[in-house]
Amino acid sequence: MQKATIQLETLACPSCMQKIEGAVKALDGVDKDSLSVSFNSSKVKVNFDDEKISIKDIENAIDRLGYEVKKSQVKAL
Amino acid sequence: MQRFIFRKKNHITLISGILIVLAFISKLAFNNLAMFTWALVIASILGIAPIALQAYQALKVKVVSIDVLVTIAVLGAFLIRNFEESAIVTFLFLFGAFLEQRTLNQTRSAIKELTEMAPESALKQMEDGEFVEVEVEEVEVGDILLVKTGAKVPVDGTVLTGEGHINEASITGESVPVSKRKDSQVYAGTILENGTIQIVADRVGEDTTFGKIIELVEEAQDSKSEAERFIDKFSKYYTPAVLIFAVVVWLISRDIELAITILVLGCPGALVIGVPVSNVAGIGNGARHGVLLKGSEVIHDFSRIDTIAFDKTGTLTIGNPRVADQEIYVENIDEVLGYLASVERESDHPLAKAVVEYIGETNLYPVEKTDVVKGGGIVAQVAGHRVAVGNVKLMEQENIPLNEKARADIARFEEKGNSLVLTAIDGELKALMGIRDQIRPGVKEDLAKLKKLGVKNLVVLSGDNQGTVNLVARELGLTEAHGNMLPEDKSAYIQELQAKGQIVAFVGDGVNDSPSLALAQIGIAMGGGTDVAIETSDVVLMNSDMSRLPHALGLTKATANNMRQNIIIAVGVVLVLLTGLFFSDWVTMSIGMLVHEGSILVVILNGMRLLGYKLRT
Repeated sequence: MQKATIQLETLACPSCMQKIEGAVKALDGVDKDSLSVSFNSSKVKVNFDDEKISIKDIENAIDRLGYEVKKSQVKAL
Repeated sequence: MQRFIFRKKNHITLISGILIVLAFISKLAFNNLAMFTWALVIASILGIAPIALQAYQALKVKVVSIDVLVTIAVLGAFLIRNFEESAIVTFLFLFGAFLEQRTLNQTRSAIKELTEMAPESALKQMEDGEFVEVEVEEVEVGDILLVKTGAKVPVDGTVLTGEGHINEASITGESVPVSKRKDSQVYAGTILENGTIQIVADRVGEDTTFGKIIELVEEAQDSKSEAERFIDKFSKYYTPAVLIFAVVVWLISRDIELAITILVLGCPGALVIGVPVSNVAGIGNGARHGVLLKGSEVIHDFSRIDTIAFDKTGTLTIGNPRVADQEIYVENIDEVLGYLASVERESDHPLAKAVVEYIGETNLYPVEKTDVVKGGGIVAQVAGHRVAVGNVKLMEQENIPLNEKARADIARFEEKGNSLVLTAIDGELKALMGIRDQIRPGVKEDLAKLKKLGVKNLVVLSGDNQGTVNLVARELGLTEAHGNMLPEDKSAYIQELQAKGQIVAFVGDGVNDSPSLALAQIGIAMGGGTDVAIETSDVVLMNSDMSRLPHALGLTKATANNMRQNIIIAVGVVLVLLTGLFFSDWVTMSIGMLVHEGSILVVILNGMRLLGYKLRT
């Protein structure tokens, strides 16, 4: 398992969080319970199985919603 | 295409604004209705594109977001050929979002300032001995790093070679530079003001003290109180409910205009953003002033406390006993002090240290034999004299006569809260010293401010004897004082206070008093940024500075009030608009949107006031 911390552009509406949550949860290989999207720091933290999914896939899923990914960090758990 | 539209959102807003202005010019100045209509149609289509895309994305993950409401409303307006409304509503919505983002960045600025202090690069020693600049993420524990003048210390470490002065304001809030030499601890995020040092990395990244502070503040700004979780849940069901309500109204009244106006009016924008905005601004203000607040629940609880319990040592007092009073009964003062210092130098008892420190440089005599008398003091042979240093009990044991004056002095010193050190040489009392802990400068004023802020009970709980504790309490104007307390007595007493219905904050050093810190509704650690203090408490006062406490309390009260105001504004606006819609005819879709976006800006601006909050005295 890997732990990703993804820094997004500034989130402006709290409903963005629900959208991002929904989109990331729908991906196969992410640990749904570990997901947290924080509004004020505009960060997504999630654990994922790097054999099933890559950080790029997660970034793309968020990007497709229209939220720019600024930087992401991955650490092995 | 989709990405293009999102990227160009600001341009789209601008163009649709211009088109709307053109439309009205052509209508009012040239009475050109075709031009008017077409400009508005184009503005509507342009404007709705990013909103509709966002709505689609939301629906795909089964969220009925505000975008969905607005998109349906605009489509409805289009359907009944009310292009004026559709254009203005989309423009206002986009423009509002733009302003929101701008102002939101402001409310987050204080915390951003903090996170931007994080070091980014380090000069790391490579295998060939050369120092090479690397990203701070690449530094590992045990690496040797070079820090030059003006640079940030990249990690927590120990100085190997070199000397310098470091500004530790980012950790302690104290900007007076601290001198560092071999074996000194240095902290990530602090700045080397002069000198050059080499350090070995002890803790890196998130494990450093600075990393922990940042993580704590970041988590705090996004932590949710019960009220917020309620609002979250509420808005999850609220937006679909608005949608259903609008459909029902349409089915009954067959009035599309009314139905789509309800959609716009129902947007919960200010409600969902009001509380997080107050939260982030309040926590940001605290971070700037050396007060770490762990989240909005803490803000809520702290703002309601009526009792503050202090652990005496190290919080109200300096925690460093000093000689405060002395009486010397002979002429040859220097000789007596020389003997006294010579004997006390042998001991590491806190009172002995205070005496040595007080006497300072003096003639020292060879000490030939020392006997420590438990619970009494020391008896020593110094240059052929028998010197006894200790308390009254030791003097009695040594059969030292205490005359009238000496007895009166002893009583007077004790009343002031001193511990006594008597010195007898060859069976005769020569000197009496009173040693006591000093009250921290400014504490009295700070406590007065707390009272003014509405704290009813100020309690001191201490392990010291009751006399000393009473004295501190009297001097500081505390309401209750309890001495001879063990840590478990303190936590039991806090439970007692809570049973009486008081809301208690406990101020301690975070090490000995963790049960009390945990038990009290609010645990306040006076930690110079130590790990234990950061982890066990709800509020951390950086650099153990009591003067931050009134600011912290005032700030949480202001923040809690601010949240309440924002909720009232948000709910009030929806109620006024809905009442206006059903009982009068001034409410249209555009006005609804205008008022909504306006109320969102009002709650953000209201939250922003907290950034500049200062305690008024």
